[in-house]
Amino acid sequence: MKYLSEFRDPEVVEQYIEELHKVTTRPWTIMEICGGQTHSLVKNGILNLLPKQITMVHGPGCPVCVTPLNLIDKALYLAEKKGVILCSFGDMIRVPGSTRSLLEAKANGADVRILYSPLEAVKIAQEHPDRQVVFFAVGFETTAPANALSVLHARRLGLTNYSILASHVLVPPAMEAVLNDGEAQIQGFLAAGHVCTIMGLDEYEPIVQHYQIPMVVTGFEPVDLLQGILMTVKQLEKGEAKLENQYSRVVKAEGNPEARKVIEQVFEVSDREWRGIGNIPLSGWEVKESLAEFDANRKFSISIAKAPECADCIAGQVLKGIKKPYECSQFGKACTPMNPLGAPMVSSEGACAAYYHFAEADAV
Amino acid sequence: MCLAIPGKIKSIELQYDGAVRMAKVLFGGITKEASLEMVPDAQVGDYVLVHVGVAISIVDEAEAQKTFEYLEEIGEIDELVESSQLDRPQSL
Repeated sequence: MKYLSEFRDPEVVEQYIEELHKVTTRPWTIMEICGGQTHSLVKNGILNLLPKQITMVHGPGCPVCVTPLNLIDKALYLAEKKGVILCSFGDMIRVPGSTRSLLEAKANGADVRILYSPLEAVKIAQEHPDRQVVFFAVGFETTAPANALSVLHARRLGLTNYSILASHVLVPPAMEAVLNDGEAQIQGFLAAGHVCTIMGLDEYEPIVQHYQIPMVVTGFEPVDLLQGILMTVKQLEKGEAKLENQYSRVVKAEGNPEARKVIEQVFEVSDREWRGIGNIPLSGWEVKESLAEFDANRKFSISIAKAPECADCIAGQVLKGIKKPYECSQFGKACTPMNPLGAPMVSSEGACAAYYHFAEADAV
Repeated sequence: MCLAIPGKIKSIELQYDGAVRMAKVLFGGITKEASLEMVPDAQVGDYVLVHVGVAISIVDEAEAQKTFEYLEEIGEIDELVESSQLDRPQSL
């Protein structure tokens, strides 16, 4: 088994679709939290194959989209500071700050580098002892072990020229924020498979119990998503609210203890502002004070005034599942991936970009 | 961002003075380096799920099979229900 082609098999997809049509008798609204799942649903045309009664609502699981404008402005400030090499993932480089994106700063001469892994940034710091290397470390729980490892590797190597600008957010508080907000009227969740690979299932059981909402930890391939949706719909049709794991080939109930140990060494829980959503208590991780020398925020004591958000962009409502991207008056007009007004039009996990690139014209 | 892809471990070597296990992982035709620090039990030949240069899980083949068995189970249950309906005496 190669674990990819088998989960994209059109025959298996067809069987799952058929089964979904068989079991669905009433309208149901289900949110997939993760932007990667949103892209897979739209790109593979799955939304058009589901029974008409099932509405998939796209959640806030796009780390690039929820990274506050002010933090992007801080990254821009650092990128343009003399002697700094600013590194990050490709999506983050393209998201607009209040005046420009990091990509535009790069075009104007700043040393901005697009990397696949934070571990590469540590190597760059090793190769350039005379420069300060900052990794703009965005991500959910999935990415935290890699970002934390980069700090531990830098410490092991005795580097004094490496730090991270952390923008780490957590899924469970965001789920609760969406449920408490209520406007999206979510009846079931597909939980994010790769986040649970790290964190396990424990922190989701209380949400299922408290809100009496079905939740299925789900993978990312078409067959995974359809099985996850089928398992959720079956619970809804029976009036059950359970936590189930569709993605058991990867997600263990206890998560990945080694990864969590690394996270605990480097990060501590903090309140965090989510772009477009607002402040959510205890919904992020920041670098521990004992590792302040690896925290770009403390190391460079950056103070940047808060800039206003673009008034025409409805990213917040899209991220909370209240509006679909095509309900925005700027979608595909003033706002495109080449000239984005908001982050969800940029990111490979942003709902706006998914609809812009992949949705059929009649669905938009 | 949370994109993670399964790949097969081709070889393992120690880096950082033996402190870190790194692997060459094969994704289709592409080989990339990944840290095995989060999956200490991973061996050559295992499939691991790799996210931004770090392996975060060993893929479990028996569990993977369950997605396909799930459909078969549903099919068998459907057949049972249908046959029990056939067996049931028709009410007058």
